[in-house]
Amino acid sequence: MVTLVLPRLVDVSAASRRSASVTERNVAALKSVYWLLLVSGFVEPLLYLLSIGVGVGALIGDLTLPGGEVVTYATFVAPAMLASSAMTGALAETTFNFFGKLKYMKLYDGVIATPVQPFEIALGELAWAMLRGSAYSAAFLVVMVAMDLTTPARALAAFPAAVLVGFAFGALGMAISTFMRSWQDFDLMSSAQFVLFLFSGTFVPAEAYPTVLRWLVEATPLYRAVHLIRGLTVGTTDWGWLLDVLYLLVVMAAGLLIASRRMSRLLYK
Amino acid sequence: MAQPLIQARGLVKRFGDFTAVDGIDVEVCAGEAFGFLGPNGAGKSSTMRMVGCISPPSAGQLRILGMDPVRDGPAIRARLGVCPQLDNLDPELTVRENLTTYARYFGIPRRVARARAAELLDFVQLSERADSKVEPLSGGMKRRLTIARSLVNEPDIVLLDEPTTGLDPQARHLVWERLFRLKRQGVTLVLTTHYMDEAEQLCDRLVVMDGGRIVAEGSPRALIERHSTREVVELRFAADSQEAFAGKLTGLGERVEVLPDRILVYVPDGDAAVAEVAALGLHPTNVLVRRSSLEDVFLHLTGRTLVD
Amino acid sequence: MTQLTRPALPRVPALRVLEYHLVGYRRTWRAGAFSSFLLPTLTVLGFGVGVGAYIDRGVGGVSYLEWIVGGLLASTALQVAVAESTWPVFGNLQWQKIYFGQRSSPLRVGDIVAGHLAFVLFRVLTSVIAFLLVTGVLGALRSPWAVLTVPVAALLALAVAAPTFAYAASVDSDSWLAMLFRFAVIPMTLFAGVFFPVESLPLGLRWLAYVTPLWHAVDLCRAAVLGVAPYWSVVGHLAYLAAWAAGGWLLARRVFARRLVV
Repeated sequence: MVTLVLPRLVDVSAASRRSASVTERNVAALKSVYWLLLVSGFVEPLLYLLSIGVGVGALIGDLTLPGGEVVTYATFVAPAMLASSAMTGALAETTFNFFGKLKYMKLYDGVIATPVQPFEIALGELAWAMLRGSAYSAAFLVVMVAMDLTTPARALAAFPAAVLVGFAFGALGMAISTFMRSWQDFDLMSSAQFVLFLFSGTFVPAEAYPTVLRWLVEATPLYRAVHLIRGLTVGTTDWGWLLDVLYLLVVMAAGLLIASRRMSRLLYK
Repeated sequence: MAQPLIQARGLVKRFGDFTAVDGIDVEVCAGEAFGFLGPNGAGKSSTMRMVGCISPPSAGQLRILGMDPVRDGPAIRARLGVCPQLDNLDPELTVRENLTTYARYFGIPRRVARARAAELLDFVQLSERADSKVEPLSGGMKRRLTIARSLVNEPDIVLLDEPTTGLDPQARHLVWERLFRLKRQGVTLVLTTHYMDEAEQLCDRLVVMDGGRIVAEGSPRALIERHSTREVVELRFAADSQEAFAGKLTGLGERVEVLPDRILVYVPDGDAAVAEVAALGLHPTNVLVRRSSLEDVFLHLTGRTLVD
Repeated sequence: MTQLTRPALPRVPALRVLEYHLVGYRRTWRAGAFSSFLLPTLTVLGFGVGVGAYIDRGVGGVSYLEWIVGGLLASTALQVAVAESTWPVFGNLQWQKIYFGQRSSPLRVGDIVAGHLAFVLFRVLTSVIAFLLVTGVLGALRSPWAVLTVPVAALLALAVAAPTFAYAASVDSDSWLAMLFRFAVIPMTLFAGVFFPVESLPLGLRWLAYVTPLWHAVDLCRAAVLGVAPYWSVVGHLAYLAAWAAGGWLLARRVFARRLVV
């Protein structure tokens, strides 16, 4: 028994060490403007919150949620901004940057000549995207608490949810990147991303849409992410969050599986 | 003799319908400098990628360091150093960081990695550029850095795919000199090249590949003896076609080859052959007697037609 | 003899440069058309119709949809103009080196800048006209004066594209281009009166919004779409935008000359 289990345990620790070395490379590459760009990433959702949540919110006034709670428009929009910034942050790292390293810099061609394997590269890059995304999420939650859009306890609960959202979109982005042919394909991807951003129950409750459209919207990953985080920061009491978590876990697992399979095929020619 | 470090039997690599490597047998022993020689498209790089455990063989047997490259990939690669045909250095890192981050992929502790990076930069004469980015480096410098990177894990075998292609003469000689030193330290070198002087300089033993197969094998000296004569006489005639004169040379030497601008006569004794040419009443405008080289073997075995 | 008769320059050389960019665009227009036309349309639906349904009182006596259309049109012009003047300009200098190739022909620096600017203008105009057609069909345009938004969008495009040319040609890393979006384009889009009236901003921020070229175009476009007089003087708006365009042009030409004539 022991002999059967032990080598696998050793292997797991070697694999995580090798994944960490991929993450480490990104830390080493952090310098100059790129660093500034990274740090300032969290201002974007904040700007949206202030403009749409507060500015447009002043025109709207209070909103009655399907559950019956009456909240300010900013309170309604803030968790959606958090969810979509977790999405955007994760995708930025695992699509544009990942694709550049895979296809243009040929970085991984050098890495696979070492003991590091494709799925370890995928994990290492995802971990890096998560470090970045989680920092944004934490900063945004602090702002939400400061603006009285949620309570500290709820913010604490929402943090791991935001991390999960990042993981799911990060893995998805990585899988998508392995199918990309050129930069032009990314135009389509960012368009799709923007459509999700507009219509995932972000700015108006999905209940406002016609039935068929509403079902469509409720099947998208960003809607599930918004639903999960809004439930946590605003406090709706249904059990739908379990479905959200399950959905996001499946997206993450599928994304990682496809990404590492595809990478093996692309790299081990 | 010890167990060979690399052992291939009937090794095949196919890409769809195309067979890049068509059943080759190779053995490389510890401390050897082994060369794959061949024109572009001969299957050298595909073979190197299989040996580097980043390309699964389509058929045949392959053992590296006594292990199976598909199952034990990470364990084998931990003991290999790879210098690919095209430099794939990390453009976002400095010269030094390229070595230290690469060392981390092997699980080498940070402190050791830093020390080794310093040693290797010294070895490839790049210490002064340690903190420079990779992009502004010259082709020769990038090549040396890639070679240094391949040594960062103190490998048992170093795989070098066309280590000096595209470099200027000074840079080539510097790379050769460094590879010599490695060889003297007992590192096993496996390289591909289409430069004959490189193969003659560096390799103890080599195979000539063509169309995915091995067409000859042996030490450079043995190959020349087997597939060429001791000397070659190059004759140039003042005429549009050399063809007309070639007919008159039949019977001279072991073989006569007609090129568009000159005639090559493969003979054991060059000076004697030149005298015979004069005795035949022929007056070439240009006569050159030289020792036969690996290039003659290579062109004889793989033909003169361009492959790509 | 032939050397004497061969003209030193084509007539209107910048047009030849424009032609070059148009030829390239023929291959890639689909992806670009999608993002520069469909996305603004979806924004109209998402905000104008979707969020608008929750704004019962409308804004200043008109529905939120009618109110927001003029602003979204101007911000579309801004987005397309800046997007076309950042990575393409940076890439032509740093990656594909297109400008250097053009420079080794008889073209002058001014021709190269003007030709590429003309292409940006073309991209903006096609996007804006498509936007107008769609919003017209949706019944969101209250006044035929809305056609005047086209020249306003063109002026805004020059006002932001010209200085962006200068910026993109002088930075050394494309990260600075992303910074421009994060710290100029996105804040401008969000706070210069596109989504909500600038009057609801605190005084200091309100003045910051007035300084942006976008606000001036938003005010003009909104007035045209609604068929009312703008908040500020028309001549003042036009002069302000023209000043940005002229200043940007001079700057861009100077930076290009420095980069291309070495």
